[in-house]
Amino acid sequence: MSDTATMEQPTQDAGERQPVTKKEITADHPTWCPGCGDFSVLSIYYKLIQKRNIPHENVSTVAGIGCSSRFPYFVQAHGVHYIHGRALSFASGLSISRPDLHVFTFGGDGDAFSIGGNHFVHTARKNVKMTYLVMDNFVYGLTKKQTSPTSPLGFKSKTDNWGAFDQPINPMKLAISAGATFVARTSHTNPKHLLEMMDAAMDHDGFSFIECLSECTEFFAGAFDNSNPRKGGEFKLMPEDHDPTDEAAAYALASEDFPGRFGIFYQIQRPTKNALEAGVIDAAQGKFEGKPDSEVLQATFDLMK
Amino acid sequence: MSETTVSEANNGSNSQPSNISEVTIRLAGNSQDGIQSIGGFLARLAGRSERDVMTMMTIPSTISGGASIFQVRLGSGEVISPGDKADVLFAFYQHSYDNHVNNLTKGGVLVYDSDHVEPCEEWLTKYRHIGIAISSLTVEAIGGTARDKGKNIYALGLIAGMFSLDTTKLERLINERFGSKSKSILKTAMDAFQAGCRYQSNDISNLFRLARGGAERSNQVVMSGNEAIGYGLIAAGVRFGAGYPITPWSDIMELLRRELPKYGGSFIQCEDEIASVSMAIGASYGGHVAVTGSSGPGISLKTEAIGWAVMAEIPLVVIDVQRGGPSTGLPTDVEQSDLNIALYGGHGDSPRVVLAASDVEDCFYTAIEAVNIARKYSVPVFVLTDQAIATRIEAFNEPDLKTICKNVELDLSPVPSHKPYDLSSGDGPSQHRAPGTRIEDGRYPVVTGLEHDEWGHPSGDAANHIAMTKKRRNKLKILADELPASEVYGADSGDVLLVGWGSTKGPLLEAVEELGSNGDALSALHIKHINPLPNDLDTIFSRFSSVYVIEMNDGGVYGYGQLAGVLRARFADARIKGINKTAARRWKVSEIIERVKERLEEEAATA
Repeated sequence: MSDTATMEQPTQDAGERQPVTKKEITADHPTWCPGCGDFSVLSIYYKLIQKRNIPHENVSTVAGIGCSSRFPYFVQAHGVHYIHGRALSFASGLSISRPDLHVFTFGGDGDAFSIGGNHFVHTARKNVKMTYLVMDNFVYGLTKKQTSPTSPLGFKSKTDNWGAFDQPINPMKLAISAGATFVARTSHTNPKHLLEMMDAAMDHDGFSFIECLSECTEFFAGAFDNSNPRKGGEFKLMPEDHDPTDEAAAYALASEDFPGRFGIFYQIQRPTKNALEAGVIDAAQGKFEGKPDSEVLQATFDLMK
Repeated sequence: MSETTVSEANNGSNSQPSNISEVTIRLAGNSQDGIQSIGGFLARLAGRSERDVMTMMTIPSTISGGASIFQVRLGSGEVISPGDKADVLFAFYQHSYDNHVNNLTKGGVLVYDSDHVEPCEEWLTKYRHIGIAISSLTVEAIGGTARDKGKNIYALGLIAGMFSLDTTKLERLINERFGSKSKSILKTAMDAFQAGCRYQSNDISNLFRLARGGAERSNQVVMSGNEAIGYGLIAAGVRFGAGYPITPWSDIMELLRRELPKYGGSFIQCEDEIASVSMAIGASYGGHVAVTGSSGPGISLKTEAIGWAVMAEIPLVVIDVQRGGPSTGLPTDVEQSDLNIALYGGHGDSPRVVLAASDVEDCFYTAIEAVNIARKYSVPVFVLTDQAIATRIEAFNEPDLKTICKNVELDLSPVPSHKPYDLSSGDGPSQHRAPGTRIEDGRYPVVTGLEHDEWGHPSGDAANHIAMTKKRRNKLKILADELPASEVYGADSGDVLLVGWGSTKGPLLEAVEELGSNGDALSALHIKHINPLPNDLDTIFSRFSSVYVIEMNDGGVYGYGQLAGVLRARFADARIKGINKTAARRWKVSEIIERVKERLEEEAATA
């Protein structure tokens, strides 16, 4: 540790501590292939933690299974590498029971929209407070080039040698229709924009979802060149007059052809699952005026005599 | 009152009351008649007096309109099983009469609603019949406003009259049950009850004399097995749960959803079984031991996540209210066929703890034990109950909540360093540290389903995998060393030992008692801790010539059921044999006796 003064301070003074250094928050060297877009997301996550001065012990990183889901091993903080597709459910349990933490969940397109598709829809509609960043590379990378739920039509994979023909999922449209309250899109090629989106997501009180295009150089190289000015593409931001509370407008923008738009498509305020459950608790506990649990249970047992 | 019919059965019921120490009453009607609530009232009455009670409910899988029965065994001594045959049958409809008359004991009394039932000649000579126009008398009593609705309370009044039960106490209970609703509902209930009590024709109050019990007992509480599980979890400090609706588990999730907020907790209804186990594990990771649960099909879906909790060493309690399987199976019937999935469900070597509750009271304490084990050993703990105890109502001694209830403060005190999978601590369980815990050396844990090193980072090293596998397995061995000594009911040694688990305990012990009183020496052993097993079983088995494992599951290809299979694998003892039942009904005492005798005769013949 570089900062001994920090170490001597008790947890509750976390707010006054110096932000963690990049060195302190860095763990294993990522197992990703050279040039993988996920590196960019990882370094922006470090930046965000430092910028927001999140106390080291409160950084909570959850992931499922996939290349991108290796994420927690590369962050020197409390981390969870859960099972395939269910990271959001795990993170929901953590978030609802630990309102003091801001939970970050990371995953890929297979985790989010295929095996975990149901959880994506329900976490969005329940508006569980957390940030979910999906590193979308349009292909299964860890298992070496099978069609993913976001693979574009015609993509030649090992499971569609002749080119994918199942309609791909549009993550923005899926999130908006499922009831997500913060829906944004960015790309690993624009780190400044990525940090901006993560910052805004963390400010959002609710389920904040970011799709980050993240190129798989091994199995789908060049997939996102159209969105990268350095490769002759265009990184097209949202129209200046876009009202992010306008669901229909957001949906229309999400329907534009690839590479589409980048920025916050949709953002509204709706009570979070966390707040609603806390409200139920407050109402229920109010009646017992701070009585110890054993007396509350005794009152129930007295009715069962 | 008119419209009553009496037929004297041949076997000679007369106006002399029979003195009895216990009675089994079966009420047969339709699911919407509220006959279960009669059982609830009687159970509560027993809980407040010197009598013991055990009730059994059979609910139809149809939502409304199906046949439904409720059986109450009321005794002045200890009642340990719901009873086989009924001494008194209340038949509300023709189908209730036709389907249940066979369940009456010889000389039993059949009370039927003469508005709906036409007695059959054949049975009239065999059982004493008492026809009472229950439907029209109820309408008469409550003014005809709520047809069919007060019938159950009227019948409760009849039972109170028949057995000279304490009507003052019953009225107090009715007051408690309906007092919070509208005044007219309470009045209707009270009118129906009192009319039932007043019914005097056919000399019904002189049929039986139920003996009084011994000394007044300490305070009792009355609840179902599902309720006992729910409150046990709360007492043990569980403050988070997640689940998905499925019969017969749903009662527990409904209870926790309603009750947990009073204690600052939440229960979340999820989109599916996988989400619910995952949410519970997420909350456990957050520092509160959490619960999920289900019945058969849902447990199948949860297995991958449970395997993760074994691997990542995160505490978790999984309740499995077993029903008939496989697949959708028999949703509202009882079976003990989920033992294998509890023990082995999932891929890889994934040792977990499996406990089975034996009755309603035991549900309460087993839930508590499960939470404590999960906490101490950082491991998933299964609690197996079944449909028979889940819906059964029993009275049991009130627990001392002051000493039982757990303080559940979240512990986030900083630690100098922390290895989530420390191998240097011998075989002791790892202590989970929740996020928010400051690790002062700056090295933070990852919890993971990948095989990992001591800090939770991926490792494919062979020696590491051997060491970690041993670590996960050995904590169960340590737990086994801490289990209480097993208790043999009956003689300590002899020819035959009957072994059971879960809800077969009551009938099993009663069978031993009954056989014993006939001079056949038999002993019984009930196993609550199924994984790990207690260490003393082999010495107990060695003292008997034969060991029969009584289970409500299939004897399978090789002739022994799921627990018997475990015991045979563990002890390589061919004397362990199975006596199995797949009728999707609980074991009757008489059935156990019959099957054991059959087996003994068979074996004597082939010896």
